Amino acid sequence: MSGATLLKESGPKEVFCGLTSIVWLHRRMPDAFFLVVGSRTCAHLIQSAAGVMIFAEPRFGTAILEERDLAGLADAHDELNRVVKNLLARRPEIKTLFLVGSCPSEVIKIDLSRVAENLNIELKGQVTVLNYSGSGIETTFTQGEDGALKALIPLMPKSDQKKLLLVGTLANAVEDRLISIFNRLGIDNVESFPPRQSIELPSIGPGTKVLLTQPYLTDTSRELKNKGAEIIEAPFPLGVTGSTLWIQAAANSFGIDKSIVDSILNPLILRAKQALAPHIEKLSGKKLFLLPESQLEIPLARFLSNECGMEIVEIGTPYLNRDLMKAEIDLLPSDCRIVEGQHVEKQLDRVRDSSPDLVVCGMGLANPLEAEGISTKWSIEMVFSPIHGIDQASDLAELFSRPLRRHEILNPKTLTSN
Amino acid sequence: MELTLWTYEGPPHIGAMRIATSMKKLHYVLHAPQGDTYADLLFTMIERRGSRPPVTYTTFQARDLGGDTAELVKGHIKEAVDRFKPETLLVGESCTAELIQDQPGSLAKGMGFDIPIVSLELPAYSKKENWGGSETFYQIVRTLLKDHSNESKHTWQEEKRRPRVNLLGPTLLGFRCRDDVLEIQKLLGQYGIDVNVVAPLGASPADIMRIPNADVNVCLYPEIAESTCIWLERNLNIPFTTTVPLGVGATQDFLKELHEVLEMEIPQSVYEANNSKLTWYSNSVDSNYLTGKRVFIFGDGTHALSAARIANEELGFKVVGLGTYSREMARKVRPAAKALGLEALITNDYLEVEDAIKETSPELVLGTQMERHSAKRLGIPCAVISTPMHVQDVPARYSPQMGWEGANVIFDDWVHPLMMGLEEHLIGMFKHDFEFVDGHQSHLGHLGGKGDQNISKDDKRTNLQDSVIKDGNPIWTHEGEKELSKIPFFVRGKVRRNTENYARQAGCREINEETLYDAKAHYKA
Repeated sequence: MSGATLLKESGPKEVFCGLTSIVWLHRRMPDAFFLVVGSRTCAHLIQSAAGVMIFAEPRFGTAILEERDLAGLADAHDELNRVVKNLLARRPEIKTLFLVGSCPSEVIKIDLSRVAENLNIELKGQVTVLNYSGSGIETTFTQGEDGALKALIPLMPKSDQKKLLLVGTLANAVEDRLISIFNRLGIDNVESFPPRQSIELPSIGPGTKVLLTQPYLTDTSRELKNKGAEIIEAPFPLGVTGSTLWIQAAANSFGIDKSIVDSILNPLILRAKQALAPHIEKLSGKKLFLLPESQLEIPLARFLSNECGMEIVEIGTPYLNRDLMKAEIDLLPSDCRIVEGQHVEKQLDRVRDSSPDLVVCGMGLANPLEAEGISTKWSIEMVFSPIHGIDQASDLAELFSRPLRRHEILNPKTLTSN
Repeated sequence: MELTLWTYEGPPHIGAMRIATSMKKLHYVLHAPQGDTYADLLFTMIERRGSRPPVTYTTFQARDLGGDTAELVKGHIKEAVDRFKPETLLVGESCTAELIQDQPGSLAKGMGFDIPIVSLELPAYSKKENWGGSETFYQIVRTLLKDHSNESKHTWQEEKRRPRVNLLGPTLLGFRCRDDVLEIQKLLGQYGIDVNVVAPLGASPADIMRIPNADVNVCLYPEIAESTCIWLERNLNIPFTTTVPLGVGATQDFLKELHEVLEMEIPQSVYEANNSKLTWYSNSVDSNYLTGKRVFIFGDGTHALSAARIANEELGFKVVGLGTYSREMARKVRPAAKALGLEALITNDYLEVEDAIKETSPELVLGTQMERHSAKRLGIPCAVISTPMHVQDVPARYSPQMGWEGANVIFDDWVHPLMMGLEEHLIGMFKHDFEFVDGHQSHLGHLGGKGDQNISKDDKRTNLQDSVIKDGNPIWTHEGEKELSKIPFFVRGKVRRNTENYARQAGCREINEETLYDAKAHYKA
């Protein structure tokens, strides 16, 4: 590990819970439905984060617990059964139903796995019912995807076939692009998990080499390993360097000749660096503070400091998985401060004290910081935007240079003596 | 257990947050897991607030549940009081904390602070946002004023001063509250009535303590302030007004009621026709085309009721549907609907509202942001009249709903989505002109002709389903289709539906040119 300082902090946090992952998971797998078993708060959270109203019939919803559901668990299980059957009758296009546990369902110990098991027997394979927890007492934001993927793994067919498996939700266009690059390198059998249709699950076995596209898949990568897959160690595909190392790691693992890899990647790298140049000009020397939320903070900081010349004040991360993050931390500048966990008030004090040029933060904190004159970037945007890969490096940089550019346009520097 | 795809109201602690964030020098410690912190974005993004809500979330985790969560709560309370130094502390819990029963309010009261502590008990599994807001405001007022003595109080006449009133109920995330308060203050100023305290919006605990200095409470938003007004009347003998000044007639009634309660003479100027431009605009010849426009109304209780009155009495629309998502207001909405010959729709299910809109085929929908989306799918113009709030409902410009200026805003907001009268007349005259061939998109941007490029894929799917479900429908002949195609696109869908309904009723298997005219005569009759 590099000389990055690792600190821990606890106190009041300001992060989304794992339920929020539904916001992108339902788009990735349009044949799946995500049914949160929770409270009105859960329903309100998802609709506030997801802009639900544009959907005539959204592919997610909440079975809202009411007073009488709290009285007896047997009844709650029956009630959930009833709600699920009504839903499936109305929405016959659903192929996979995820029952998503929430804080209240975890506290009153509704056994979603048992409900799922019973429903699977009754439904006889018409719909597959799975369960995982997105509760805020156990999961943070992107960890919800980890839970959903882990729930799908037992359904993956076994196979010894040699293949590269990209794990973690990517924007479809980016995914196509990355697969075509692997094909050019000579890796022909490339599949993705999660798939674009929940029922088209890739197979898994000793021949599978897993390349993680996202840094928040702790449980998923462990389960895949248990199924015999090999996890390729690499930094994450953000920025030119990260993406290059990520692709190279896969190529090495498949024994592709270095000269072939170089001949294919070098022109892409050259082009990407050219596209990056104007953003580097804007970002270089600027101070960056990342508040914990998406788990992408460490790879983003690595890209913005190493490739864009930003000065990192602090990297907040909701939790630190040292194994998955090792390759990333090794690349960080040695004086980096990584803070695991959060005390939002103390952290905001540090933000103000360090007067950064840009803060990456959650949606609740952005405007209050903007009102104090500090430019911000929503961390949730990173999980929606096509930012992975060499070709996307300049788009990724643009996400950070735009707020700075805007700040300069709206607040032109005047020639005053101070 | 209730399946919910979308909900009009949040949980009750969101109502409490609306009160806490509306007020000053107050802090709210909310015993809640980390995910509940999403609520901050309602204020910082929808309302574009430049400061964080004054809320400390305890953000307890599963691993804390085995240990002493009570100590965790106390730690957060102490830290919040030390850091924010509030004049009053609210303590409560969200849905999950309610289940673990730490009773944070009692814990806080036992910690020896010398500030008032308001302990909130908001049942998350049976109540909703507006109830939570109302209860929180009531508990704050009661806590701060329960020992107040009213004995030395004199009337404004005795004290030889101008009368004073409190404006109670406006909050953040309430519909246009910011501007309504300014408009009502201005209005009252014109009649020599001073505003003593506005609360909760902008009030500190010290301001709440000044509430008894007023002669009358104005209950601007019953959803939030009614229970507080009733308590203040019973315990401190402060009467309150019940008319909500939304619309010209209601503003007049409000002024009349207020003058009566204050024992003031009602100036004739209250009834002058030019107080609001709505009156003249509605009387102008252009507005003839508004007569009998079929309008469907859904929203919170207060705005839905007021909208029905304005639509019916001041704009000459025909109300064809009236409902609310607010069960607490059902008692008032039911008789109002009955008076219009309707049955009130009381529901929290937006799909049920969408079905009711389809059923009544209105020409204008007055609803929430959700009805705006439903109306868009159905190709019906819509104006938003009520919460839940959307970033569009916090306009940069001054845009009240209450008082004279509010009535002006309402006229514009409701009438513009409809074809302006003259424009509609001209389109009728020139409907065969080349400009009005299929595909012509009106400036309104709602579904016209083939102009569906703005609809999302999911919207398209429903439309597709609509057009596929045609089993058992009468068949259109070539002549029938040809005649139908001469009808302007923006009413063609409705004419098609009406004609098919008529044909089914009349037992016609085929729809030809004549059936179309028969149907037209039938529906005009």
